[in-house]
Amino acid sequence: MRMRKTWSFGRVPAACGTALLLESCRSVGVLDPQGPVSAAEKLILFNATGIMLVVVAPVILLTLAFAWWYRASNKRAKFRPELVYSGSIELVVWAIPAMVVFLLAGVAWIGAHELDPAAKLQSDSKPLRVEVVSLDWKWLFIYPDLRVASVNQLIVPVGAPIEFALTSATVMNAFFIPQLGTQIYTMPGMTTHLNLMADRAGSYPGLSSHFSGDGFSDMQFMVQALPGAEFDAWLEHARGGAEVLNTDAYDELAKPTKKVATRSYADVDPMIYEHILQLAAPMAAPSAETK
Amino acid sequence: MGKLTWAAIPLDNPIQMGASVFVMVFIGSVLAIVTFKGWWKYLWSEWLTTTDHKRVGVMYVLLALLMLLRGFVDAIMMRSQLAIAAGSAPGYLPPQHYDQIFSAHGTIMIFFMAMPFMVGLMNFVVPLQLGVRDVAFPVLNAVSFWLTATGALLVNVSLVIGEFARTGWLAYPPLSELQFSPGVGVDYYLWSLQIAGVGTLLSGINLVTTILKLRAPGMGYMRMPVFCWTALASNLLIVAAFPILTATLGMLLLDRYIGAHFFTNDGGGNAMLYFNLIWAWGHPEVYILILPAFGVFSEVIATFTGKALFGYRSMVMATMAICILSFMVWLHHFFTMGAGANVNAFFGIMTMIIAIPTGVKVFNWLFTLYGGRVRFEVPVLWAIGFMVTFVIGGLTGVLMAVPPADFVLHNSVFLVAHFHNVIIGGVLFGAMAGYNYWFPKVFGFTLDKRLGQLSFWCWLIGFYVAFMPLYVLGLFGMTRRMQHYANTEWQPYLIVAEAGAILILCGILATIAQLVVSIRSRANRRDLSGDPWDGRTLEWSTTSPPPRYNFAVLPRVESQDAFAFMKASGTAGEFPEQYESIELPGNSPNGFVTAFFAVITGFALIWHIWWMAILGILCALLTLLAFGWIERVNVEISGEELARDARARMPRAEPV
Repeated sequence: MRMRKTWSFGRVPAACGTALLLESCRSVGVLDPQGPVSAAEKLILFNATGIMLVVVAPVILLTLAFAWWYRASNKRAKFRPELVYSGSIELVVWAIPAMVVFLLAGVAWIGAHELDPAAKLQSDSKPLRVEVVSLDWKWLFIYPDLRVASVNQLIVPVGAPIEFALTSATVMNAFFIPQLGTQIYTMPGMTTHLNLMADRAGSYPGLSSHFSGDGFSDMQFMVQALPGAEFDAWLEHARGGAEVLNTDAYDELAKPTKKVATRSYADVDPMIYEHILQLAAPMAAPSAETK
Repeated sequence: MGKLTWAAIPLDNPIQMGASVFVMVFIGSVLAIVTFKGWWKYLWSEWLTTTDHKRVGVMYVLLALLMLLRGFVDAIMMRSQLAIAAGSAPGYLPPQHYDQIFSAHGTIMIFFMAMPFMVGLMNFVVPLQLGVRDVAFPVLNAVSFWLTATGALLVNVSLVIGEFARTGWLAYPPLSELQFSPGVGVDYYLWSLQIAGVGTLLSGINLVTTILKLRAPGMGYMRMPVFCWTALASNLLIVAAFPILTATLGMLLLDRYIGAHFFTNDGGGNAMLYFNLIWAWGHPEVYILILPAFGVFSEVIATFTGKALFGYRSMVMATMAICILSFMVWLHHFFTMGAGANVNAFFGIMTMIIAIPTGVKVFNWLFTLYGGRVRFEVPVLWAIGFMVTFVIGGLTGVLMAVPPADFVLHNSVFLVAHFHNVIIGGVLFGAMAGYNYWFPKVFGFTLDKRLGQLSFWCWLIGFYVAFMPLYVLGLFGMTRRMQHYANTEWQPYLIVAEAGAILILCGILATIAQLVVSIRSRANRRDLSGDPWDGRTLEWSTTSPPPRYNFAVLPRVESQDAFAFMKASGTAGEFPEQYESIELPGNSPNGFVTAFFAVITGFALIWHIWWMAILGILCALLTLLAFGWIERVNVEISGEELARDARARMPRAEPV
């Protein structure tokens, strides 16, 4: 518990005012980006919405206005039953959505490339590699270069690009930290790649966003973004623990459990991620092993 | 008896048991009333064995309305659960029950509410609008309906015996594989959809054939009502897409029943294959549902503005463009699977391109209103409510077609709000517009207007109250399918959403009240003209309800909006000098009997009762063959009879 107190710099967003709510009020998710990826995504979200509203808002107003003005009881409205075709109006009604889509297509093309989950982020800091495994029903985070691991708690240094490699040990899940941006599926026997970064210190909720069975609702974890020194302190602390993540400890961890408390591993078998990949998707001959 | 034991009946679960008892009491009392009143003979000869496209259509819609109630009960249970399960509160539904409910809600609402509603409307309306006497294959049509009903029945049997899937409405593997879902829930899901899917495919073939091959003399393609065009597009999509669904679910069945490895974690299976296949069907499915709704709105807006539809050719082109494009966008359902930037961008842009023809449609409706003389009858309220609501759903849809936006919105309740926005605001509003619009044609009397308005306003406001909070929560980072949540900040929004669901309940109750009140006062609301709305298309040129043969003499079509043209040129309701006798298909118990055996087969396969499954399949096949072999008994109606009938039915058709 001491740890938590020291490293919780939870920035209380201005959006939640009342003291009553403060306790639970940690984030407004996608609307409160804390990293370059999520900030860019929020901008695209707003831009795209704005572009479309230019057309959609007038359409809504015109629908209501036309329906009202041309009501049968309005004697001043001119009945024009002959108006069933007009080349110029046709041109306009095809052109307007086409132009909007042309603009949005540019946003989509550029955005999809610039924010490709697999694209590495630019930063002066040294990137941190994290291997993520979704289990029934908890998250395992392995730091292969630092030789530590943690469960349901992801500690990252502020300002360093995080290079995630993700897989699942059971069914599919999706790894998502709303305030840091882009979610990605975790799939058994396969690795997906994701690059995120936290710009500010704080704690940000993370979750599984792809339904994975009975314990799904509690597949939550907390991300703590810590300044360099504090991150090192955490690392020191984690290495001081007793538990080691080897294949035996993994087998124990992999058993289906719900509402799992956070824990960390002081040392990690360097091959454990490969081991998990192999376990989840054995390429053995399709004999009777499903029984 | 395979896996079936007494333990399959959920005696330990009071909520589920209560629901089971309610369903059984309901079915029991319906059967008792029918028996007590001696209606069996009537029911058998007029409905259960009918091959009349109009009655088959009515039964489809009836099935849809029943399933709407079932699906809505699921919905309000979920909303209630989420309204209370905040912080450390567990709510009243444990995960294993809650997971079944959201899976059943999605499955029922799409496959057994929206689909039968749209297929029912098309079944009833298309032959009438084309000016013909029935669909191309009337017996097959009945078989299609009964197979759909079989699927619906099996889903509901899972309430009483065993359990339903706990996997979501698309049963994504590996969760739906035997390894992670060993129970019968997924099997109920799979066999229900397989059997209903055959029905849907047959119905699609039937309607495509009808539209392509059977049209009244003079009805060229460019004179077809827009609803027929959208029905054609929708059914072409059914014919192209449903085999994909059947094959996909078939592979999952092979995985579960004989240990195959299409989508399993081991043995070289890959769940990504399932995602691609299911959405190669799933996205066209969205347009299978919405296109007929677009057709309904086109008819309703044209009729109630007293104007022909603006930009008919544009509308047709837009419809067919959507039909083709809908097959090129499936990947937008999983941008977050790690495909490359080029792939994501391509599918994102293809998705946006669909917004162009859809936008054109909205503008064309807008310009139909412009210069019109709008009569605010109930169907037009639904149409205007749709136009306003649907463009918002379109906006959020195109928003999620931008891959980086989808990266943060995917799987969230924002997505849930989006698809309810287009399915309620589009499909359901379309179904309700069509229901109110064609009801007088079907039964010969109009529906109560005030209760119809009440139903509309409850649905419209209820929709916004229920789903706008979900848009907000999605932006806050709330994901879908959660049974409880720690963040108590979300609770007020979810309580508002529950209030919205209660408003929608009021809308449903108003619809039921509207039906009951209208039936009781039907004597005062008879539609003697056959044309209560000053309609423009051929279904309004015959009596309400139409005779079994629809038209004594097939109408001669000389322009678009054929009936409006006839009325304008004074040729409507002309009495022919002489009637020629016509032949009509007789009744056939084929559909009902086949479906009876399909239920047995499906149930046996779900519970691994192999002897019963084999027996069921054999009997079903024998039924099909036997009825296929028997020379069809056609009913012949003589010219004199037709003339007598015409005089009795339509006083205005009297020769002067």
